[in-house]
Amino acid sequence: MNTALRLVLAVVFAMTMAACSSKPKPTPEAGVAAPAGPADVVTEAAPDPRDYSDARNFDNPASLLSKRVVYFDFDRSTVREEYRGIVAAHAAYVAAHTSAQVTLEGNADERGTREYNLGLGERRGNAVMGLMSAQGARGGQLVVVSYGEERPVCRVSDEDCWAQNRRVEIVYTSR
Amino acid sequence: MLIVFALLASPLAQAQLQIEIISGNASALPIAIVPFRWEESAPAPATGVAEIISNDLHRSGLFDPMDEADMPERPADEESIRFGTWRLLKVDYIAIGKVRSSPDGRGHDLIYQLINVHTGEKILSQITTVGQGDLRFGAHRVADAIYEALTGVPGAFSTRIAYVSATGLGKEQRYQLSVADADGFGPQSVVGSPEPLLSPAWSPDGRKLAYVSFEKGNSAIYVQDVATGARELISSQRGINGAPAFSPDGRKLALTLSRSGNPEIYLRDLATGAESQLTSNSAIDTEPAWSPDGRIIYFTSDRGGKPQIYRVPASGGNAERVTLAGDSNARASVAPDGRRIAVAQGRGNEYRIALWELEAQRFVVLTPGKLDESPTFAPNGSMLLYATREGQRGVLSAVSVDGNVRQRLVLSEGDVREPAWSPVIR
Repeated sequence: MNTALRLVLAVVFAMTMAACSSKPKPTPEAGVAAPAGPADVVTEAAPDPRDYSDARNFDNPASLLSKRVVYFDFDRSTVREEYRGIVAAHAAYVAAHTSAQVTLEGNADERGTREYNLGLGERRGNAVMGLMSAQGARGGQLVVVSYGEERPVCRVSDEDCWAQNRRVEIVYTSR
Repeated sequence: MLIVFALLASPLAQAQLQIEIISGNASALPIAIVPFRWEESAPAPATGVAEIISNDLHRSGLFDPMDEADMPERPADEESIRFGTWRLLKVDYIAIGKVRSSPDGRGHDLIYQLINVHTGEKILSQITTVGQGDLRFGAHRVADAIYEALTGVPGAFSTRIAYVSATGLGKEQRYQLSVADADGFGPQSVVGSPEPLLSPAWSPDGRKLAYVSFEKGNSAIYVQDVATGARELISSQRGINGAPAFSPDGRKLALTLSRSGNPEIYLRDLATGAESQLTSNSAIDTEPAWSPDGRIIYFTSDRGGKPQIYRVPASGGNAERVTLAGDSNARASVAPDGRRIAVAQGRGNEYRIALWELEAQRFVVLTPGKLDESPTFAPNGSMLLYATREGQRGVLSAVSVDGNVRQRLVLSEGDVREPAWSPVIR
């Protein structure tokens, strides 16, 4: 398994643990400075969290680039307003790095039939791809794979868990 | 990178069987399957042949087999049956038998009779021979014969089921496609993978399974010979490759492809590889199912807003809506007589298995929900298998087509779903 995928799984796992009993929270406001390191350690300057061409922001919790999951409403594939900033940040990165390659992994909750949900997951992936393309990502840099309801991050049959599973994961196969 | 296991004939954890009767069926036929006398030198198996036969007949909903503990006697020969006693117990039919080593010493002979308690008429007097280790299969064959003799419809107890199970979450997730006897016993692995497996579908000769595997990183359709494990990659095009369904003559595969940008139904000629597109609509069109005569394809589409069942001639043409009631209806399974279709019917957060009667144009709801899906008809149309949930776990259930008898097949580990009932295996 490649590093990018591991990273996404770790992020998804952390989000699941942090938000297991609540809806996915709106993204915290960008622009909050990263905590400074101890004074006696020489650190390089923290990246500007709003510089979405800076790969260091993938690991900067203050930057939208560190967020790589977009959540959806039931049986819908519209990217909600609160996630448009995340999509725009990744579109900016991909536009700035022509070698970057992204897989948009579409997922659905367990309601509805499995093959229909494959279609629904693809629709969600296509919605994110459409936004990223409109913001400068080139077609060859993006690919959509739908997993339907086959890759849940949470297995409880309630709305909180379903909300975790209705998602598109932005996975970098190359940065 | 990805390891795909094709383990043949590797036994999995033994299934536990749980029969749950929802409501009494007043017209169920009272019958007694007397324990077969064991005449082999080897020790008798823990589960007797008669118990397997009784369980088969019971879950069809058409029979009311007497509990072994309530039987006044256990005759193994016709001459020793005291018919008056059985008549007093209101038993209509009695089956008696014995199990012997077959004359060549390489199997079992099940020697049995089925007798009308009221008239003394001998309805069946047969010997069923099966190989060593196939005693359960032999019992299912006897149940098939009794079922057919008393209902006029061939039994489907000696058939098999395919299903998918999953264990673990996230990186630990593993998927397994298995086949088992129709009562859930004797599970064997067909293929295992760390990536999703779904949508198993039998070929009409019962030898092959088509299924969807993500082992290459995206959905792809394979056809695999169940006995030899040999398999063929059928489709791994851009986008979704899903929902395979063999035509009744086995020559074509209906499938869902989204290479055009959204999911559409296609037919693939398995000999030539030629593909023809059956639907063309910006909605999700998927889950094709053939009518028994091969002329019509039923499918799920959300072109009207929510998923409903539509149909299109297999030779091409305009699609028309089939299901005209219910918030949403999806994943049709067509009855062997072609007169009704089973669907997963959604209402709010609840999904139930319902039968749409094509002539009467009305639904009969069969199951209580809440998350029931993937109905599949027995090849004789008497029962359906479907997937349901118990807590956080998927299990398989069977329901008689009259809705009176439900049975759970609880496998010992994992989340079990997507049953596919085999045709009668010749």
